[in-house]
Amino acid sequence: MKLGVVTFPGTCDDADARIAAGMVAEAVPLWHRDADLRGVDGIIVPGGFSYGDYLRAGAIARFSPVMESVVAFARDGGPVLGICNGFQILCEAGLLPGALLPNTGLRFVCRQVDLVVQTTATPFTSTCTVGQVLSIPAKHTTGRYFGEVAPEQVVLRYAHGHNFNGSQDDIAGVVNAAGNVMGLMPHPEHAVETLTGGSADGLALFEGMTRVAVA
Amino acid sequence: MSPSPEPGSDDTVAAPGIERAVALGLTRDEYALVCDELGGREPNEVELAMFSLLWSEHCAYKHSKKLLRTLPTEGPAVVMGPGENAGAVDVGGGWAVAFKVESHNHPSAVEPFQGAATGVGGILRDIFALGARPIAVLDSLRFGEPTSERSRYLLDRAVAGIGHYGNSIGVPTVGGEVVFEAPYETNCLVNAMALGLARTEDMIRSAAAGVGNVLVLFGASTGRDGIGGASVLASAELDAADESKRPSVQVGDPFEESKLLECSLELLSAGLLVALQDLGAAGLTSAASEMASKGDVGLDLDVGLVPLREADMEPFEIMVSESQERMLCVCEPDKVDAVLALCEKWEVNGTAIGEVTATGRFRVLRDGEVVGDMPVSGLVDDAPLYDLAPERPVAGGGSLYPAPVALPGLPDDVHGVLVALLSSPNLASRRPLFEQYDSIVQSRTVRRPEEADAAVLWLREMGDGAPAIATSIDGNGRRVAADPYWGTVGNVLECAANLACVGARPLGTTNNLNFANPEKPHVAWQLTEAVRGLGDACRALDAPIVGGNVSLYNEGAAGPIYPTPVVGMVGVLADPERAGRLGFARDGDAVAFVGWDATAALAASELAKLRGEPLPDGLAPIDIAGVRIVLEAVRDAVAAGELSSAHDIAEGGPIVALAECCLAGGRGAALDLGDTDDVWAALFGEASGAFVVSGPREALHRLGERVAVEVVGTVGGDGLELAIGSLRERWTLHELRAASGALAPLFP
Repeated sequence: MKLGVVTFPGTCDDADARIAAGMVAEAVPLWHRDADLRGVDGIIVPGGFSYGDYLRAGAIARFSPVMESVVAFARDGGPVLGICNGFQILCEAGLLPGALLPNTGLRFVCRQVDLVVQTTATPFTSTCTVGQVLSIPAKHTTGRYFGEVAPEQVVLRYAHGHNFNGSQDDIAGVVNAAGNVMGLMPHPEHAVETLTGGSADGLALFEGMTRVAVA
Repeated sequence: MSPSPEPGSDDTVAAPGIERAVALGLTRDEYALVCDELGGREPNEVELAMFSLLWSEHCAYKHSKKLLRTLPTEGPAVVMGPGENAGAVDVGGGWAVAFKVESHNHPSAVEPFQGAATGVGGILRDIFALGARPIAVLDSLRFGEPTSERSRYLLDRAVAGIGHYGNSIGVPTVGGEVVFEAPYETNCLVNAMALGLARTEDMIRSAAAGVGNVLVLFGASTGRDGIGGASVLASAELDAADESKRPSVQVGDPFEESKLLECSLELLSAGLLVALQDLGAAGLTSAASEMASKGDVGLDLDVGLVPLREADMEPFEIMVSESQERMLCVCEPDKVDAVLALCEKWEVNGTAIGEVTATGRFRVLRDGEVVGDMPVSGLVDDAPLYDLAPERPVAGGGSLYPAPVALPGLPDDVHGVLVALLSSPNLASRRPLFEQYDSIVQSRTVRRPEEADAAVLWLREMGDGAPAIATSIDGNGRRVAADPYWGTVGNVLECAANLACVGARPLGTTNNLNFANPEKPHVAWQLTEAVRGLGDACRALDAPIVGGNVSLYNEGAAGPIYPTPVVGMVGVLADPERAGRLGFARDGDAVAFVGWDATAALAASELAKLRGEPLPDGLAPIDIAGVRIVLEAVRDAVAAGELSSAHDIAEGGPIVALAECCLAGGRGAALDLGDTDDVWAALFGEASGAFVVSGPREALHRLGERVAVEVVGTVGGDGLELAIGSLRERWTLHELRAASGALAPLFP
């Protein structure tokens, strides 16, 4: 079981994602210039500021060689998880519906938030229960979800009072229609151990990813 | 290199002359010394530009170097002391933590967003120039009162700038402080501290060595930004024409620095470099000449090879540009190709621009023609050092400053005063600021802001049983203004107390001395006394000073700033799981004061400020050795997992500390402080080396066998209940939280 973690120039949370992936599988670094996915069973596109987020968050990264392979991998049904900047990149790449707009407050906010699981019919949330609350940190300037998305594709919503970025319908995470590509703005990789994460609630998403990868 | 006409000879452009030198910040006497360094001839444009920068206060520490030599810099944990890009201490297992604080005050006063952002970028480069991966940033900020529109603007933009840079580069901003006082109105302070982690054997120094080795410049291209930043901005008082200095402020690009960081660390881990140095103040001039000086070698550097943003830049502009995100390294000739290949991997410019020579001369060439030729030792080591002429103000230190403006409508009852203090700008929750910083990236932050008195960072790279470090930055300028010696001692003890609260043993100290114009006798006295206090306190705590920075001339038309020695400390704790918290954690725990006695005074306190009281002439002396005993007892109890919470009693006094413990833990407490002669001093007085702790009664009893422990109450309930003398008060948590949230409207 191998989970690949993509690094672009400007990616910040790749080491964190490798730590999280390493708790449930073998973590494999993937480099933006290299189209070779090194035989991974699932891919994490982590957070940060790929290419400085110049032009628009995620807009440049989608054109990198590795992303061509990631898109093909996703079209073939492989599990792909985009976190924060990774979510933005997957939206830019057309793998997920909608877009991420600047927070209504226009400021960067780093805060522990509560997320409510909306569905367990995705690999990522397959170990959760509907209505379960996950305590996970979020940190971004451009995280206000906006778009046309079917209700069954909404995987996570911010709990009441926790939607600091102004996302439409409190949407925090969505999947594609096939259910194998998920994006979310909060950082589950920063909630995999109580010592540094405040909770270990984020681990469930990575565990779920490995289950589908096995299947 | 081909022989060329001697610079300054008839074949070259005429020397710019002494008036130009004065405009660049040199004195007439210093100009004569520069001519001596050049064998009697006048400097040309390139040489004058380089001398004026390297002999500026900012680069040469002309007014502080003699004082700094009195500081304790050695100890068993010191791996690297002052003189390198940053200091470093041993954290065990063959690993070291590098750290340093630096100021970016004047750039931030002129353009707060870029000034603060590049302050962070600059201190991060100092850390990775040593081969250490940056693991944390802290900031120490001073502004005028937030009632001032200008102060609100500076605060807002400086915080945004720090966040922009630190967040984008993936280094967590884990702590810091912000203080609002009128004397910082025109001259704000923006100090940034960074920490990095390295294997001790992999750390690299900045001395160029090996004649024939190659100088490679890598990172961003060189532009006209930041020309003269060190001399024009950093080494003179601010004046009304600040706006015209905007071009002297550099512009930061954290994306470029992120690539530069990874590239630098990979170059080092691949063993390709002999030396590495960041380009900061005075750009290529400072970086190259310091590398040459430390290696006792000469350099030939061709500015014609430097990648430029603007093609028509003059050689002197290329030499002094402070364009950000650049590094200079020295490598052996056969490794140049490998160095450039790694630069290409990380998509940064890499260019060989010169070589190490045996001449002891710094020769600047342009396309092979010599355009400047100076002795390295003259540039770096021969700047004149000045003796200060300190003079204590007849009416005492506090007499130099007007009394603070009293808070209109300050209540005269204890209940109302606590609410007013908690909602005052200096004591209200910093959440609206620190939420703009990524405090968790790198998965090592064990204690986030407002969870503990110090930030706690797990050194997970060290493997099984990895320890954590704790770090804090502190500097109460008002108390230093009242008494430069004891005020500075108090700043050091406050920093150490914060470390004790999480259970950490101090390893080393860094400092940023923010003072006004040292050529003025009263400022010289403040500086001299503060450095004496800094040295005495660090010696007494065995927390030597491993690096630091001096920022002078911090005054504007309205007068000098409060003298502000900012102290940053790093300590180690063996078990991260036991890192202390400040909030009450368990109903039924006993609450106790540790090291608290009735000598605390209201003079120069936060309450005295709200009351508009003038600064006193001097502060009460502190028993430093006695405080150390208390710090160690608290630290040991926390590290042993005995206590549920620990918080030091600082600004605002014990009742504010108690309220903060309630707010952080979301729990009330019932307290009986007994009888007292002076309710106000007993509740709002400020002293060093005192704590509020909570825990099981047996644990507090054991702590009481080492130091004075006074049990004052019990944790529980939804309010803070107080009995003192005949007075009975109660504040609900809701009321305290509302008061503490007073800064939120500053960040709509």
